Amino acid sequence: MGKTIAEKVLSSHSGSDCRPGDIVIADVDFCMSQDGTSSMMMRELRSMGFVSPKTKRGMAMVIDHNSPCPSADVSVIHKAIRSFADSHSIPLHDVGEGVCHQVVLEQGKVLPGDLVIGADSHTCTYGALNACSTGLGSADVAAAAYTGKLWFKVPETMVLRVDGDFGLMIGAKDLILTIIGKLTADGATYKSLEFKGAAIDSMCMDGRMTVANMAVEMGAKFCPFEFDSTTAKWFSERGIHAEHGLSCDPDARVESEMDFCTDDIVPMVARPHSVDNVCPASELADVLVDQVFIGTCTNGRLGDLEAAARILKGRTVKRGMRLIIAPASRAILLDAIEAGIMHQLIKSGAVVVSPGCGPCVGTHAGVPSDDETVLSTANRNFKGRMGNNKGVNIFLSSPETAAATAIRGTITDPREVM
Amino acid sequence: MTILRGRVHRFDPNDNINTDYIISGRYKFKIDDIRKLAEHVMEDIDPDFASRIEKGDIIVAGRNFGCGSSREQAPRALKAAGVSVIIAESFARIFYRSAFNIGLPLLTCETGWVRSGDLIEVDLSKGEIRRGSTGTVMSTSRIPQVMQILLSDGGLTSHIMKHNGFSLETDKME
Ligand code: SF4
Repeated sequence: MGKTIAEKVLSSHSGSDCRPGDIVIADVDFCMSQDGTSSMMMRELRSMGFVSPKTKRGMAMVIDHNSPCPSADVSVIHKAIRSFADSHSIPLHDVGEGVCHQVVLEQGKVLPGDLVIGADSHTCTYGALNACSTGLGSADVAAAAYTGKLWFKVPETMVLRVDGDFGLMIGAKDLILTIIGKLTADGATYKSLEFKGAAIDSMCMDGRMTVANMAVEMGAKFCPFEFDSTTAKWFSERGIHAEHGLSCDPDARVESEMDFCTDDIVPMVARPHSVDNVCPASELADVLVDQVFIGTCTNGRLGDLEAAARILKGRTVKRGMRLIIAPASRAILLDAIEAGIMHQLIKSGAVVVSPGCGPCVGTHAGVPSDDETVLSTANRNFKGRMGNNKGVNIFLSSPETAAATAIRGTITDPREVM
Repeated sequence: MTILRGRVHRFDPNDNINTDYIISGRYKFKIDDIRKLAEHVMEDIDPDFASRIEKGDIIVAGRNFGCGSSREQAPRALKAAGVSVIIAESFARIFYRSAFNIGLPLLTCETGWVRSGDLIEVDLSKGEIRRGSTGTVMSTSRIPQVMQILLSDGGLTSHIMKHNGFSLETDKME
């Protein structure tokens, strides 16, 4: 009987022929922590007498959640992270380099077929590159860094097939919001989500990252995309040799299958205060928005900024509306400057903050006022998420819907402004 | 394993209580001292909880408790606030692992019959919950063997130090 990608990766990394439900001790290829989760990981590692990471390709520490540092309290934590990374020869990605997930991907540390963990729930993003990657707590990441291994329960796999062709102004974010609406916030708990279908084959790497990023919003453990020519091209453009990867065997035993078609997908929005509370953007045309945020590990990549700039070209942000943009990494910011995208966005009235998490998690650089409404391209809209729990409503959408909303001041289906 | 006794706390919402609600990003990024963080647990959905909770108290919830961010501050702050065990209909994956890793036990069962303020007794090894000292008894699903090993070793880090790596062959628990 064939195997799913998750079964293949956990079998090869544990030297066993494993099936769903088995507990395996597997070799971990790479691990990561960020400035909100490093303190606890460092405490565990110190207590174990840690010298240097045993994971195959080492680890990375990233300062991205509060970047640059917004307060004296946080600066103490940042200082401790810098000194820890230095004394254990761990590459540190300091303020301004970008959101941890984007930085890790750009570093070329994650390869097809890898097993990767990170002390951040959106570590599942690397699934776009054909890896099995997942977010875990600081103690698990410390254990993997110290031993090079970690225990895993082999997950069941759900296959999601997406057929068709995405139309204008509709894409990866609308697809994943549609899926989350259908499966709900715990509909894929403990599962590996594996995609198939024509719409997935034609999806660019940025789009795959957006989809894999949000798998955890349904509770999924892994979201490995199959290896194909798009994956190979992404690596070769970065000078990395990766010609082979894994796919889910046609005769693999999967727990369930679901079919989606792009014909049924329209620009979607998640309403407050949960990600599975979705509806078409066109149904929210009377919702007045105070702030639009484009960025994050979900939608802060070059293609996202480019899509927003295309819509904003020759237009300006509505008076009274704040449009905040945080590119996901320094490399993306540089590319966007070179392509004239930044010029366009700023000319239209956007405020650009430094590459990193920005206002996504409510630490700085765009905390909304009481009773305000925000439309964000992030992955979470929980109460208080952006740093203020007093009557703030957060909606989530694609960059296209976000840009259209910035122009009109009310939630707007982007097809209406083209 | 011991018998735990405590008063029940439930919240609104009952389902999908995420780690942002357990401990907000407003605090977790700047406060490193877990006891100080514990003063803010559940603040966004129950502002008085941190002042009401007493040592040994028990949280009871519906589905998908602990979803969202991977912040280990969430189970740690609950434990530091005095929570002895959490009982829910289901837990999110990262929270589930992290809680056992840091020595906070979790049990799953149907929870509609337990109310806020109830005094309950939890027998972790038998997987039983009793209301009052004589009332209704409810069975929970068994704590998986891997988690039992981690709990009895005092958490993941102590487990690794004790065995010089992982020692999770699950048959030895039976
Ligand atoms: S951008 Fe937002 S979701 Fe992504 S890692 Fe940063 S805080 Fe988390």
